[in-house]
Amino acid sequence: MSILRDKAIVSGVGETIYSRESDKSQLALTLQASLNAIADAGLDPKDIDGVIPYAAGGIVAEDFITNFGLPNLRYSALTPMGGASPVAALQSAVMAVATGVANHVLIALGRSGVSGGKITNRLAEMPQMRLVAEFEMPIGTNAPAQFYAHMARRHMETFGTTSEQFAEVAMTCRRHAVLNERAMMRKPMSLEDHQNSRMIAEPFRLFDCSLEGAGAAAVVVSRATFANDCRNLPVFISGVAEGHPNSPSAITQRQDLTRLGLADAAPIAFEMAGVSHADIDVAEIYDCFTYMVLCQLEDMGFCAKGEGGEFVSNGRIGLGGELPINTHGGLLSEAHVAGMNHIVELVRQLRGACGERQVDGAECGLVTGFGDLGDGAIAIMHR
Amino acid sequence: MSETYEELPAKPQPQIAPGNEPYWQALREHRLVIQRCANCKQLRHYPRPMCDACYSMEFDWQELPARGHVHSWTVTHHPFHPGFKRDVPYVTVTVDLESGIRLQTPLLGVKDHLALGTLVDLEFIDVEGGATIPCARIAPD
Repeated sequence: MSILRDKAIVSGVGETIYSRESDKSQLALTLQASLNAIADAGLDPKDIDGVIPYAAGGIVAEDFITNFGLPNLRYSALTPMGGASPVAALQSAVMAVATGVANHVLIALGRSGVSGGKITNRLAEMPQMRLVAEFEMPIGTNAPAQFYAHMARRHMETFGTTSEQFAEVAMTCRRHAVLNERAMMRKPMSLEDHQNSRMIAEPFRLFDCSLEGAGAAAVVVSRATFANDCRNLPVFISGVAEGHPNSPSAITQRQDLTRLGLADAAPIAFEMAGVSHADIDVAEIYDCFTYMVLCQLEDMGFCAKGEGGEFVSNGRIGLGGELPINTHGGLLSEAHVAGMNHIVELVRQLRGACGERQVDGAECGLVTGFGDLGDGAIAIMHR
Repeated sequence: MSETYEELPAKPQPQIAPGNEPYWQALREHRLVIQRCANCKQLRHYPRPMCDACYSMEFDWQELPARGHVHSWTVTHHPFHPGFKRDVPYVTVTVDLESGIRLQTPLLGVKDHLALGTLVDLEFIDVEGGATIPCARIAPD
């Protein structure tokens, strides 16, 4: 199980600015973030010999060959798991460098701005949404907020979880975003602000939902033997795994609505890394909706199923708390680049490079991805 | 007032996969049928080519009683698809049939007292475009 432990590092991270709209194309944003990550690693673009673009983004490996003039791309892959794609891509990249197939794998993701009503059409065309398109979209279940609302409502009714507990996640992310000059949302959020925000799909209010916007982020995964040659502090990937719930194709058809693919992935990653929950100093948790954070905390075993609402309360997940999460503000308050920004933030935290929002003494942390109808991925890293 | 006369885009129609026509045809006849493995008799939904218990690709269709219990629900306030702009707020429920099969349906009528386990009856509503949709209504006491 530990054959991949510490065989790879994140050698470089990069981002563009995050904004609501951009006059740059998705490809241009993606290339810019990639250049930044490659420079951060101390590499030249022509050193990249592996590429994992975002499966749902319309950018392909060919775009990187063409624009960087890559002479020797030896590995390309897609990890089509929605918001779990970037962390699942880490697993694929680690396998590629650990086996010697590639030396430096670039994982990059960009988004080109507020998509408006088009998202429902795009979702309807996705093959992993085929059953939802046949059986649920015709009755008005057309978007992720609605898909996941059934999971959140089930959790609330079964375990007594409350909207105020969802608010703890939103307010924590916002408090962290206030300290992050890159974050799109930096106005403090009170409980009243959250409770007064308009209802989207019950139980989700507007402030339970992540942002939309434009921007890109990228990371470079390199063979561990490159650790001494990095421009910046290397961060080792010690455990990584992906998990798929059954049914993966319709939340309605899943036995337990409150359990995600991450529940299967997390024990693998912890065992691979050889660490326990108490070793985790900081966690960047995929937060497309507030509820998903407390569900993932349960699925990873930080608390029992049903106790997530209580777990996120009383400052436990804020800076200075027992388990600081989403120190950049997350998808809820920094930007929505499908969680690639969560990987970037974890690496910066473990480098000790986060300034005001730095978790004191952060040596080991984790990042999760959640996507499509329940896919999950997790990576555990250390400095 | 212009809102009242605005042409809304059509609601999405079921994208019926090859092999699933008997399900939709039964609904048009106001009957609920569910796919059943012809070999091991296990019911399965949503329909698919293979039984995940015995890998048989032979199946038939079993008619089930149109009654179930609420497993979860949401009330949509934001019309993500513009075809539902005049329907908001509307309720959709996840329903457990007694056979263990699950459906997601619109909820008709009042939503007061909606809770896990609430007993609902299914009704069959013919919608624009020629399809029939199973819908839930809270059963009378």
